[in-house]
Amino acid sequence: MVRPVAIQTRDLNCLYGQVQALKAINLEIFRHEIFGIIGPANSGKTTFLRALNRLNGLNPSYRQTGDILLDGRDLRSLDDSDLRRKVGIIFALPQVLPISIFENIVYGPRVHGTKERALLEQIVETSLKKAHLWDEVKDRLREPALRLSGGQQQRLCIARTLAVEPEVILYDEPCSGLDPISTAKVEDTMRQLSDKYTQILVTNNTKQAARVSERCGFFLMGEVVEVSDTVMMFTNPREKRTDDYISGRFG
Amino acid sequence: MNAAKVRQNLAFGVLGLVTGAVISLIVLTILYVITRGISAVSWEFITQPPRNGMRAGGILPAIIGTVVLVIGTMLFSLPLGVLSAIYLVEYARDNWFTRLMKLSVVNLSGIPSIVYGLFGFTLFVIFLHLGTSILAGCLTLAIMSLPVIITATKEALEAVPASYREISLSLGATRWQTVRHCVLPYAIPGILTGTVLSLSRAAGETAPILFTVAAFYLPRLPRSVFDQVMALPYHLYVISTQVPNMPLQISFATGFVLIALVFLMNLVSIVLRAHFRKKQQW
Repeated sequence: MVRPVAIQTRDLNCLYGQVQALKAINLEIFRHEIFGIIGPANSGKTTFLRALNRLNGLNPSYRQTGDILLDGRDLRSLDDSDLRRKVGIIFALPQVLPISIFENIVYGPRVHGTKERALLEQIVETSLKKAHLWDEVKDRLREPALRLSGGQQQRLCIARTLAVEPEVILYDEPCSGLDPISTAKVEDTMRQLSDKYTQILVTNNTKQAARVSERCGFFLMGEVVEVSDTVMMFTNPREKRTDDYISGRFG
Repeated sequence: MNAAKVRQNLAFGVLGLVTGAVISLIVLTILYVITRGISAVSWEFITQPPRNGMRAGGILPAIIGTVVLVIGTMLFSLPLGVLSAIYLVEYARDNWFTRLMKLSVVNLSGIPSIVYGLFGFTLFVIFLHLGTSILAGCLTLAIMSLPVIITATKEALEAVPASYREISLSLGATRWQTVRHCVLPYAIPGILTGTVLSLSRAAGETAPILFTVAAFYLPRLPRSVFDQVMALPYHLYVISTQVPNMPLQISFATGFVLIALVFLMNLVSIVLRAHFRKKQQW
């Protein structure tokens, strides 16, 4: 069975000044899969993620060559705003704005032109339900988002991203600051979302990649060492370096 | 006690002493002006024009003049200063040219105010044919206020966490939407502080208005922006140095009114700051 490709990179090179962070990356990510990216620090995982919605460009020394295709379309044909609407991101630490829970979620829809009160309220409810946070916060939508726990804040970030109806969601080590129970809730949310969204999960926690992702890529020193089904990678990796990393012999 | 603790106590002592000395100097100045001037401050003093060669009557035209100048200065300098700071922080690329611009803005605030006065005189009064007028005076004061407003706004914008911008951009907001909704609201308290600081200085300056707007004696209220006006600092200079047999408490009373005006401006900014802080939820 040939699965439709959501994201494809062709010879993607990423540089910060003279430092090459990614070398000739050729990757295909299928529609509606959870793709895990593992690898030690400084292997280019986050750079790869942020290349997909062009957040790397905020760094003035950043340069990039090669192509990225989203649903077969060259990324360069989309402007920043349209691209980031389609490709949302969840940051490593929960990044909420110092405004209410409600206002955090409607921020995206508002900048995209939704003004109608009833519609915004509906967006808030659906997004929070999808992010499995609705039951915990439905009675205090007007309260400051910063009063939520870390895990709740991270799920609020997921809800905020869902509110602009993306096609792809990028996760940049989303559970690095969370306790195991919050982590489990975020992972549950990701699994529930996997029938409608393409999700890419960068994680330092190989076990998390094993738990959540369908396929996995192992990044090392800016190169993709191995891409395979997650079960394969964790039971029978092709490359010795992958085996070493997964079994904790380095990294 | 060991040596480190002795030095620690000594350092605290010296720091406390210096702080105390500086603050008491300021407090003394203000108290002195108030005690010397308060007896001459009356309802008549702040609602009547001067009489008897400025030796009696009130200072209403000078009060109105200063208020008009401050408001006019703000109308020019606030939008210009805030917008250029937004450009410098949020849009301009970081290269030698923008670094040079930022450096010169900081240094501009060190230029003596009389130089601004001379500049305003040649540019606005002579070259642009505005004459000695409220307009010319406000423009001159605005140019003088700009560096402080730009610097304060720049610092307020830079103090907003980069993550706020990333959140907004990652949700598909444009650069301007990000600045408008995700950066400016959190920078407003800092911008207000800088603006009031620089407008307070504008209210108290004599040199920039000397050739551009200030009237020696004009006991009526301005009718258009091309009128001259009296202004508190210049009036104070005039009555202290140019009028013989001037009762000293009138000078001090004028100084007191100027201080009160500046204090009032600060009060307004404190209220505004509190109002904007309430909108954020921590």
